[in-house]
Amino acid sequence: MTLTVPPTVTSQEMREVFITTVTEALDADPRVALVLADISADRFTAVAARHPDRVINVGIREQLMIGVAGGLALTGLRPVVHTYTPFLLERPFEQVKLDLGHQDVGAVLVSIGGSYDAPEAGRTHMAPGDVALLDTLPGWTVHVPGHQDEVPDLLRSALASDERVYLRLSSRGNAAARPVGQGMVVVRAGSARSLGVVVAVGPMLDRVLAATEGVDVTVAYLATVRPFDRAGLNRIVAAAGRADVMVVEPYLAGTSAPEVAVALEDRRHRQRSLGVSRETEVRAYGTTADHDRLHGLDVPGIAAAVRSFFAA
Amino acid sequence: MATTTLSRYADLPALIGLMSGDEKHQAAATSTLDVLWVLYDRVLNVAPDRIDDPDRDRFLLSKGHGPICYYAVLAAKGFLNARTLRHWNRVDSPLGQHPDRTLIPGVEIGSGSLGHGLGLALGTVLGLRAQGRTTPRVVVLLGDAELDEGSNHEAIAVAGRLGMTELTAVVIDNRSASLGWPGGIADRFAREGWATRTVNGRDHAALYEAFTAPHTGHPLAVVARVAPKE
Repeated sequence: MTLTVPPTVTSQEMREVFITTVTEALDADPRVALVLADISADRFTAVAARHPDRVINVGIREQLMIGVAGGLALTGLRPVVHTYTPFLLERPFEQVKLDLGHQDVGAVLVSIGGSYDAPEAGRTHMAPGDVALLDTLPGWTVHVPGHQDEVPDLLRSALASDERVYLRLSSRGNAAARPVGQGMVVVRAGSARSLGVVVAVGPMLDRVLAATEGVDVTVAYLATVRPFDRAGLNRIVAAAGRADVMVVEPYLAGTSAPEVAVALEDRRHRQRSLGVSRETEVRAYGTTADHDRLHGLDVPGIAAAVRSFFAA
Repeated sequence: MATTTLSRYADLPALIGLMSGDEKHQAAATSTLDVLWVLYDRVLNVAPDRIDDPDRDRFLLSKGHGPICYYAVLAAKGFLNARTLRHWNRVDSPLGQHPDRTLIPGVEIGSGSLGHGLGLALGTVLGLRAQGRTTPRVVVLLGDAELDEGSNHEAIAVAGRLGMTELTAVVIDNRSASLGWPGGIADRFAREGWATRTVNGRDHAALYEAFTAPHTGHPLAVVARVAPKE
């Protein structure tokens, strides 16, 4: 007898898709420039040879990486900056604040590593606070794709603008791509008397679908978390039986809680935030599945939270 | 218009006086006066009617504190109306203790936190190069204490490796770095492949000679020595 359980975490080649898409953009658009700090540089050698002026590896110098992007943007180019999450946002955070935001110029920051895609590397290579950090700065668009096929459209739209955009790539996600670029989308609608709404951000969708199987809730998918689709959430909640909302995010728990509160300020509501724990630093290596379990972000963990929250 | 008459070096104290309330002011503010004047009067290819010209030179004030000399020079050169100086730091003034590029015409970067100008300058050079614009110079003004910030050393190394002829860093040296720079500031640039000149930061002829010295294939560092900060 074969027990077929659909996978709830599907391996993604988002970095490969990013490399292909940005390489095409470098070939097609003389405005596009790429700034690297060694990470992934070996994957861009061919395009760097074609466009040595626009593919810039500054070595392991992340403050300069962002500063250079700011300068490129000041001259009218569209810089893409790429490295591992903690080195893209945490280490050069003041450069992100001042060399981009305060100069009123844009860039597309593309991270890999998610919150803990390489748990064997330990805490130094984890950055679950990335979106929360960007929330301290005005004017950022944040994309958290859940499937590699969602990446090209998000990246191309980012390149076509002059905005400050953060594209958060992960090696883990969902079995199928979902619509992106149109705000919050309902994946599985609950009844008019449903218990409420679960919002799954990016790579969390398949786990949320499995954890809510048989529970009368609406499951909505969100790949662009900033600006947050407040109107969309309000509309979806209005169609649900109760204004009870759970948000499941692959980064720090509660990162979007203020957005939910604003989106639903016109009605009495409850909310619960699932995500990477803020309480303690997890000093463990192991696998991504281990860390999902430790943070309650595996299917049993999410299902338990769903039961306790929606039963109340 | 009265402001057009305040356009000479000799008028700078009066312009500064509009901000400071008198003609006495902090050493940190005056240390930049002669360097800024020589740059704007004789070196930089900039003008108030060409602030968006892609082929203009870029001046980036990295050491953003003590900007009254900068504002005075901008006013003398027609980028600012002298009357604007009088109300600096007010909530409705474009001028504050640290300049904001979005509020002041001709100001290339907002600065104040130390150690940001050189990285932005490298990106500016690279952006201009990518567009085939190798004529514009990019000049960054830093302080000797500002060099304490590690971000500068990321930029100094890379500018040298990339042979950024278009880039000039002028370091106002009033010996204000708490732990000093034994062996001198120019040495830090020279060992990374920069051409260097160390000159009297009050001597206009020497500053001009330093800024215009040939340095093909290398970025240029001009160390402008002024009286130590009190």
